[in-house]
Amino acid sequence: MAVLNKPPVTGAGRMNGILTWVDQRFPLVALYKSQVAEYYAPKNMNFWYFFGSLSLVVLVIQIVSGIFLTMNYKPGAETAFASVEYIMRDVPGGWLIRYIHSTGASAFFIMVYLHMCRGIMYGSYRKPRELTWIFGVLIYLCLMAEAFFGYLLPWGQMSFWGAQVIINLFGTIPIIGEDLAIWIRGDYNVSDATLNRFFALHVIAIPMALLGLVVAHLMALHETGSNNPDGVEIYETMDPKTGTPMDGIPFHPYYTVKDMVGVAVFLIVFSAIVFFAPEVGGYFLEYNNFVPADPLATPAHIAPVWYFTPFYAMLRAIPSFFNMQVWGVIVMGAAVMILFALPWLDRGKAKSIRYRGTLYRGFFAAFIVSFVILGYLGVEPTNIWGEFPKGLPVVGGDYVATWVARVLTAVYFAFFVLMPWYTAKDQEKPVPSRVTF
Amino acid sequence: MTAIVHDQVDERKRRFLIVATTAASAAAAGAVAVPFLASWFPSARALAAGAPVQLDVSKLEPGQQVTLEWRGKPVWVLRRTPEMLAQLEKNDALLADPGSKSSKQPDYVKGPGRSIKPEVFVAVGVCTHLGCAPTLKKEVGAASDMGKDWPGGYYCPCHNSRFDLSGRVFNGSPAPTNLDVPPHRYAENVVVVGEDAKGA
Amino acid sequence: MKKLLAIVLFAIPGFAFASGASVHLDSAPVNLSDKSSLQRGAQIFVNHCLNCHSAQYMRYGRLTDLGLTDAQIKDNLILTGDKVGDPMTTTLAPKDGKEWFGVNPPDLSLVARSRGSDWLYTYMRGFYKDPAAKSGWNNTVFPNVGMPHILWEYQGDQSYKADEHGGGKLVLDRPGKMSPAEYDRYVGDLVNFLTYLGEPARTKRVQIGIVVMFFLAAFFVLTLLLKKEYWKDVR
Repeated sequence: MAVLNKPPVTGAGRMNGILTWVDQRFPLVALYKSQVAEYYAPKNMNFWYFFGSLSLVVLVIQIVSGIFLTMNYKPGAETAFASVEYIMRDVPGGWLIRYIHSTGASAFFIMVYLHMCRGIMYGSYRKPRELTWIFGVLIYLCLMAEAFFGYLLPWGQMSFWGAQVIINLFGTIPIIGEDLAIWIRGDYNVSDATLNRFFALHVIAIPMALLGLVVAHLMALHETGSNNPDGVEIYETMDPKTGTPMDGIPFHPYYTVKDMVGVAVFLIVFSAIVFFAPEVGGYFLEYNNFVPADPLATPAHIAPVWYFTPFYAMLRAIPSFFNMQVWGVIVMGAAVMILFALPWLDRGKAKSIRYRGTLYRGFFAAFIVSFVILGYLGVEPTNIWGEFPKGLPVVGGDYVATWVARVLTAVYFAFFVLMPWYTAKDQEKPVPSRVTF
Repeated sequence: MTAIVHDQVDERKRRFLIVATTAASAAAAGAVAVPFLASWFPSARALAAGAPVQLDVSKLEPGQQVTLEWRGKPVWVLRRTPEMLAQLEKNDALLADPGSKSSKQPDYVKGPGRSIKPEVFVAVGVCTHLGCAPTLKKEVGAASDMGKDWPGGYYCPCHNSRFDLSGRVFNGSPAPTNLDVPPHRYAENVVVVGEDAKGA
Repeated sequence: MKKLLAIVLFAIPGFAFASGASVHLDSAPVNLSDKSSLQRGAQIFVNHCLNCHSAQYMRYGRLTDLGLTDAQIKDNLILTGDKVGDPMTTTLAPKDGKEWFGVNPPDLSLVARSRGSDWLYTYMRGFYKDPAAKSGWNNTVFPNVGMPHILWEYQGDQSYKADEHGGGKLVLDRPGKMSPAEYDRYVGDLVNFLTYLGEPARTKRVQIGIVVMFFLAAFFVLTLLLKKEYWKDVR
């Protein structure tokens, strides 16, 4: 019973008594100290560091609003669409809960994309934080699955045809493709069976995996400590008197009060969308999804929700070779999977973009621009920019947008594939030993 | 030199801002909880299904009873004859609770008739014993098959509970209380079951 | 890097306007605070649309939003034996609809959200005589539409005159009971109602939103002051 001999917390009063009782059985104070009050974070973290805590805020928003939606949503081809409208019209406050959830889905991706962009910019994936990055990419994968499964649930036209198109991608895999697609659907077409299994995955399976990964992501982060915009390790310069990093400040209260400012700004933007423009011009809630799913009538133009469109644009841009459609799927999958390799592709000495040379900055800018434009092209029909004149070599008669997407796909991959070369060759600036503040 | 120096701390300002921000956060959390908690109240569909039901009582023949469905339960509307009303006055000695003191009924129905309009009796047609549906035995005496002393009323076939034509339970019945009278009101000749009379 | 974020954030809403519709749509006079327009629209809707189309996700009772009482709804807007709490269904059987019009007339609860108010406003004013069409009517924004022009008595007969640029315009050949301005207002009321019908909570949503924004603005100021006060410690 050695644990019970832990010295009691100093101070008096009933609260302290309870705290002592708990602390002898569970490391409450120790956890609080190590993870919050005496977790030292670099003092120079800028606004880019909001997006991690904001992702967590959105996760909570989605879980709470999702729980309440399940109380009135009815999965089933005959009931799903009507139950969503029931929530929107008949359930007291239901419209607000649903808009919070639909806006939260897009907000989640915006936060996560900005958070990932920060991680890439400041080299947060670099040694010793490779596992934090990998858990993060796994979270991103789960999030994509979660969004995809969830999007089928309203059972509108875009829900149905979006799922149809994505599941058919698996059908392009040689030999097993057809059977695999039928296995995923549980039917010859996207149907009641598909809807029910997607519902189970959306509300139970993926959220559980997501929560576990978030815990792992945070544990890995707190093991190594946070990176910062200078990419300097603060634990390498310790104060000999206190034994704490010279450039580190306790997470609480300094970053809790700072993150609250981020939360306030986020809530202003989030609420503005929820209350004044929940459809966001058809990007957060697509117009065709207000029409019930009809397996016999495809809408004129199908586009996935905006957060998938960069990858969808790549998929559409890749032509079939050797009579096989699967290449687009491979490219799309590789575009996500290559993120796992990032920690081992970077050969630069500097972590942060602040001390990188023009080569890296150029590739990084091209990468961001290609991702954004691909995202735009994925929303639009391929004929948006017209066709090349028939007489031109190679591109003659093809859609301009298709070729732009091909070039941008190449740019996207070049950022990763060429990284070992350009980061090693880059003219970097000297990295200071202390952070700039 | 470490990164934290406590030489410009304004304790009062800090305390005020902490209290203000905490209070604002608590208020926000409370406000956010409102739609979520509200979503547990009956929806428009449930309210519509449980909405008041109406019947034009002027179309009822004297002695005729119509059964309405209100919130999933049968509600009787019986138009009583003057003879029936006269009989109710004489039943007191036979009844377990003649003044309906321990029975469920709105304040605005009083006396032996238990109704707003004396001739129109409105009651929930569910036996207060175990929830069976009593049947109307309105004829006095042997014509109702209830013995020659039967003063007219309702009979529950499950456990032989007997009620008079005001739904008051007769002595010796297993039912503990009189039949429930639901909230109701009149708009001229139309009875609205499920809404309280105004000013009640 | 802040510049980069700004570019990304401002570019996203810009996309919303980039995808222009190929057919020109007239701007619908939607004003959800104009209760009398909404009431007129509701009357037009139950008189002309509800015979074939349903609005099954909407309950008659909800029309109290438009400033009507239950009794007014029952007396003026419920043309069937329905109760006030019932959904706005149609008596037309889906099979008959399919037989008469080639398609089952769609439910209109959400038509303003899927099609847009401007589309509806242009559509209801865009019917023209076309001998080639099954019903005798065609439409500028909905080619080969199954629905005949049910408001033709009010609008009159239009025909479509194509020009050499591939465009064209509608010409009123025979005036109806209403002048073109009156008819536009009539259709405007209907579209206003359909817009309400698509999302009955919209007015309330915006009202609550304004309160929320004021609160959050104050909350932002508080958190900013708190952060500034604490960060005075950080050197």
